[in-house]
Amino acid sequence: MKIEVQNFKDTRSGFGDGLLEAGKRNPKVVGLTADLTGSLKMGDFAKAFPERFFQVGIAEANMVGIAAGLAIGGYIPFTGTFANFSSARIYDQIRMVVAYSNKNVKIAASHAGVTLGEDGATHQTLEDVGMMKMLPNMTVLVPCDYNQTKAATIAAAEHDGPVYLRFGRPKVANFTPADEPFVIGKAQMIQEGKDVSIFACGHLVWKAIEALPILKEMGINAELINIHTIKPLDVEAVLKSVAKTGCVVTAEEHMRNGGLGDSIAQVLALNNPKPIEMVAVDDVFGQSGTPDELLKHYHLDTPDIVEAVKKVIARK
Amino acid sequence: MTINELKDVASQVRRDIIRMVHGCQSGHPGGSLGATDIVTALYFDQMQIDPKNFKMDGAGEDMFFLSNGHISPMLYSILARRGYFPVAELATFRRLGTRLQGHPTPVEGLPGIRVASGSLGQGLSVAAGVAQAKKLNGDNHLVFCLMGDGEQEEGQIWEAVMYVPAKNVDNLVAIVDYNKKQIDGPTDEVMNLGDLKAKYEAFGWKVYECNGNDMQQIVDTLNITRKNAHKGQAQVILAHTEMGMGVDFMMGTHKWHGTPPNDEQAANALSQLKETLGDY
Ligand SMILES: Cc1ncc(C[n+]2csc(CCOP(=O)(O)OP(=O)(O)O)c2C)c(N)n1
Ligand SMILES: [Mg+2]
Repeated sequence: MKIEVQNFKDTRSGFGDGLLEAGKRNPKVVGLTADLTGSLKMGDFAKAFPERFFQVGIAEANMVGIAAGLAIGGYIPFTGTFANFSSARIYDQIRMVVAYSNKNVKIAASHAGVTLGEDGATHQTLEDVGMMKMLPNMTVLVPCDYNQTKAATIAAAEHDGPVYLRFGRPKVANFTPADEPFVIGKAQMIQEGKDVSIFACGHLVWKAIEALPILKEMGINAELINIHTIKPLDVEAVLKSVAKTGCVVTAEEHMRNGGLGDSIAQVLALNNPKPIEMVAVDDVFGQSGTPDELLKHYHLDTPDIVEAVKKVIARK
Repeated sequence: MTINELKDVASQVRRDIIRMVHGCQSGHPGGSLGATDIVTALYFDQMQIDPKNFKMDGAGEDMFFLSNGHISPMLYSILARRGYFPVAELATFRRLGTRLQGHPTPVEGLPGIRVASGSLGQGLSVAAGVAQAKKLNGDNHLVFCLMGDGEQEEGQIWEAVMYVPAKNVDNLVAIVDYNKKQIDGPTDEVMNLGDLKAKYEAFGWKVYECNGNDMQQIVDTLNITRKNAHKGQAQVILAHTEMGMGVDFMMGTHKWHGTPPNDEQAANALSQLKETLGDY
């Protein structure tokens, strides 16, 4: 893939614009929010399709139930609130009326991870991917930039079944091609290499891209793959890459327990055990700070990926 | 259907409930028996439905949602007796591989079930969403949702109770199975609901009350709510019921909320309930 930074944009705007586009393409697409229209960038959709937009008030449990009801009636509802209130807050509701009942509900989860920043740990979910990937029937998407989040939103609307779509707050490099369609379950090759496989998702894909020239200078030819779909995981792509490189680094803005790294480790353990290092949060809650400060503090930054690569290659 | 015909159906449903929970030695007879009359009236008299061609989206039909999913034997019997699936299947209730899971689910493809319930407090939200989908679709049919009275203690209920009038969901009729009992005892002792009528009214609902075990009163009340639908008014029926209704030793106590009868108790119960449509 040719990496070219087009601009700096927030992934949540990718969701908002993707929702608008999905709404134009399919009159069955509807939006719901729990008092976070602006934060989720759902305003354009609400303006374009007022009759298809539901302001539920600060009542996330009710929102997901209403969404399941709309899905029963043939609609494709997208619920929009912060990731923590899209997961932990309403886990049983999602479990029963969305996942178990297999309803075509799309859970749009914004402000995920520590890059939410100053609001602190109450709002910085680092556990949501783990919770969501444990639910049968649930598809879990963690796109990496504006373009990909927009494409993922459109793909989620076209996919038949429950989807958890995770994205974030800050403006970050927008580098994937605008016209690249999002294929659920198909890992995205960013750079081919032979010495180590880096599997990243979300904001950490860009951090991994920044690590590539540093690694090259050290004589390490790294392969970087964007795992934008945590579930269903592209097991074939993972195993193919590992067969070539023989070691793995995972990078994500999530707790190590339950995250992307733990999914990849399971694939390795079951199929082709190889050394693995995980760039992830190690069993602590977040805190207030700027997104950049927090990425550094929790060792989710470019130098941390470089270190992990060095370490895992030494273990080969 | 005439009131007497409805009563005959209800009697058979009660037999089915006893036989189902006795058969697998588990399940919830008390609430099931108490709510039988209301749901019988809905399915056999009130709702426009097409049981032979069950459609998930319920387009062009009235729809019912059971929020208090633990009283599933009652719903399963009524669905079967109404023709959604063979009555013989009632014998599989709660057994391995059955479509009649302990709590209702659409997963096994049982005709008549559109969403899972069993984790309390969620059905009214789903029903409100379905009702809003009907509005978007220009479908004038109604959505009914039955809840337990103990279930009213769940916070999500009140999120939905606030939502329905605020968003003018006037094609939905909520019904509370007001039996004043729950697992641990009388609702007054576990968590006093206070003046439930005043609470709903304060949230902007039109509240009706009826004896939920008097078929004539049920039908009359449902007729009124159907007439008053689509008039910008959220509607709820507080249906005063008796847990265990129809079986003398199961009435007046919460003890049969989730306890099956033994052989002797089942025989005693069945001796009190007329077999009207033939046992499964
Ligand atoms: C969220 C949730 N909490 C607890 C339970 C366990 N539970 C099942 S039925 C019940 C009592 C419900 O009382 P009520 O709604 O009055 O039903 P009734 O006993 O009258 O049938 C409880 C606590 C549950 N099913 N779901
Ligand atoms: Mg009760």
